[in-house]
Amino acid sequence: MTLPFTDRTWLWLAAALYLAGFMQGSIALFKRGRPADGATYLLILLGYLAQLAGLGLRGRAVGGCPLGNTFELYQFTAWSAITLYLVVGATFRLSLLGYFTACLASTVTLVSLLFPGWDAGQRVRIFGHNPWIELHAALAVFSYGVFALLALTSVMFLLRHFSLKSKRLGGWFSFLPSIRDVDHMGVRLLAAGTAILGFALAVGAVYWARPETVVNLDKIVVTVAVAGAAFALLLLRLRGILLARRFALACLILFAAALLSLATVEPGRGRIPARPAPAAR
Amino acid sequence: MSTGHLFVIGATHHRTPLEVRERLALDADGARALRDQLAALPGLREFAVLSTCNRIEFYGVATGAEVAAQVGGAFCRRQQFDPAEFARFQLDLRDEAALQHLVEVAAGLDSQMLGETEIFGQMKQAYASAQAAGHTGPVLNRAFQKAFQAAKQVRTQTAITTGQVSVANVAVELAGTIFGGLEDARILLLGAGEIGEKTAKAFQSRGAASLTVASRRLERAMELATTLGASALPFEQREARLAEFDIVVCATSTPEIILPQAAVRAAMARRPARPLFLIDQALPRDIEPTVAELENVFLYNLDDLARVAEENRAAREAETLKGRAIAGEKARALWQQVAAQVTASDPAPAREPARPGADASVPETR
Repeated sequence: MTLPFTDRTWLWLAAALYLAGFMQGSIALFKRGRPADGATYLLILLGYLAQLAGLGLRGRAVGGCPLGNTFELYQFTAWSAITLYLVVGATFRLSLLGYFTACLASTVTLVSLLFPGWDAGQRVRIFGHNPWIELHAALAVFSYGVFALLALTSVMFLLRHFSLKSKRLGGWFSFLPSIRDVDHMGVRLLAAGTAILGFALAVGAVYWARPETVVNLDKIVVTVAVAGAAFALLLLRLRGILLARRFALACLILFAAALLSLATVEPGRGRIPARPAPAAR
Repeated sequence: MSTGHLFVIGATHHRTPLEVRERLALDADGARALRDQLAALPGLREFAVLSTCNRIEFYGVATGAEVAAQVGGAFCRRQQFDPAEFARFQLDLRDEAALQHLVEVAAGLDSQMLGETEIFGQMKQAYASAQAAGHTGPVLNRAFQKAFQAAKQVRTQTAITTGQVSVANVAVELAGTIFGGLEDARILLLGAGEIGEKTAKAFQSRGAASLTVASRRLERAMELATTLGASALPFEQREARLAEFDIVVCATSTPEIILPQAAVRAAMARRPARPLFLIDQALPRDIEPTVAELENVFLYNLDDLARVAEENRAAREAETLKGRAIAGEKARALWQQVAAQVTASDPAPAREPARPGADASVPETR
């Protein structure tokens, strides 16, 4: 049976559902004066399933994890962040995390869809038949998704910090989680992201060490730099040197750096073959 | 023409001063005796008595316009209160207006502390007693049950219960925005006066388990610590041991600063990752104001707390219009359901007999 949707249609649907979650959350917060975490969670879950279908079709078409161009990298990063949110959101029930996640996911997915050029060079079997390098790439991008969620908790921390210091506690500030809860969550996410990225680098290193492999040096330097920065940040936090507001700001910078580093990952690859026939459509 | 009607008469905090409410308050025996008396009153088909510190109200279904006045008269006689004076303060509402009042009271919209939920429990208890004694019938049963439902709706669809409105509770709520749960928060109370004690009790009521009291007079600190189930600390050790605490409540009458910035800075250096919440309820202030500039330190003084309480109160006030609209809508619908039974000249059955073995539990509301 052929699915009626193409991969991009599913991804558009996912973006629309994330946007619906964000808008529904905004209406609940600013018009009704209360968060709608349950409804937001449901819309994000539906968006996640649509995105999973889209990325699944894409993966089948390219014969591997869809990480072959900027569009796919951003989509996969957003998908990773949502995967983690669905677990974290259900487990820790941080108020408003769903709202911020819906905002980030809709922005990243819509922006990636709105630039057709980002999806122009879709490549087939970029990892060859090496499952390890595919695992390396998937884990590395997944860790960026974790950093995306870390950026969201950092924004929540900064907002809560501002509300407490400026003594503005009413309105939607009142729905933010406690400053200690978001701080703890930030540390956990940073530790998880650093561990995943570290593991991804270790897997990749085995492949890079082979004499026949030609890898773009810029990509290695930038990726190692991101991992090093994440590790240093974690160490500074655990040793009590970088704390509270400055720690949250540093986490935001880390995520921005991770996103920017994707630009070096893309040209770091070999020649780009023509877009495959629409087999997955 | 039918003269059946539903009424509520009584006296509430709105028009009745505290010293008058004291004289109108019913004790348990008095309430029982009055209820027996009202049960025998001709024309009073159903009734329930709500007696709290802020209100005494009689809800009834009567045949005859004079019955409500007779209920008021019986009450005044029991309390040896001048009926003419009672009439000056008296609340007297009929039919749909009485139902709207019932819903508003249950929802906390008519409470002195707007949105408080204690009244809901008091009302359920009053209804349960009346029902168990067989004083309510089809009209009041439906009215109370629907009022409870409507009250829940008012509370969930408006923000009348959000935000604390007393200074002590605001401090506790603020601590929640910093620490989440208070179970593992360590609290130091500096000053053993009434204000500090009240705040400490508010913290304990929200689950704070670790409380230490320090006062210039150690014996007073120990006395209060015993009352609160806390431990005492010599006042001179407050700076040295400050790093051990997460929340510090200052409420001394000392004219000078007792927690200078240097002391707080030194404490934070020993516990940099844990936030410190400082509550300065003293006048003149106990904590140096520049402490607020320190990272991970949150300082709130009396004015800050009062301003938050006032903002919360204003926010609740703003929600009352929405709450009253819901109450009005529910009362209208309810009146349409019971009007025929209320106004019937020969209602049957008049009063639902008390069920054998009926307890004080409230039937499930649907």
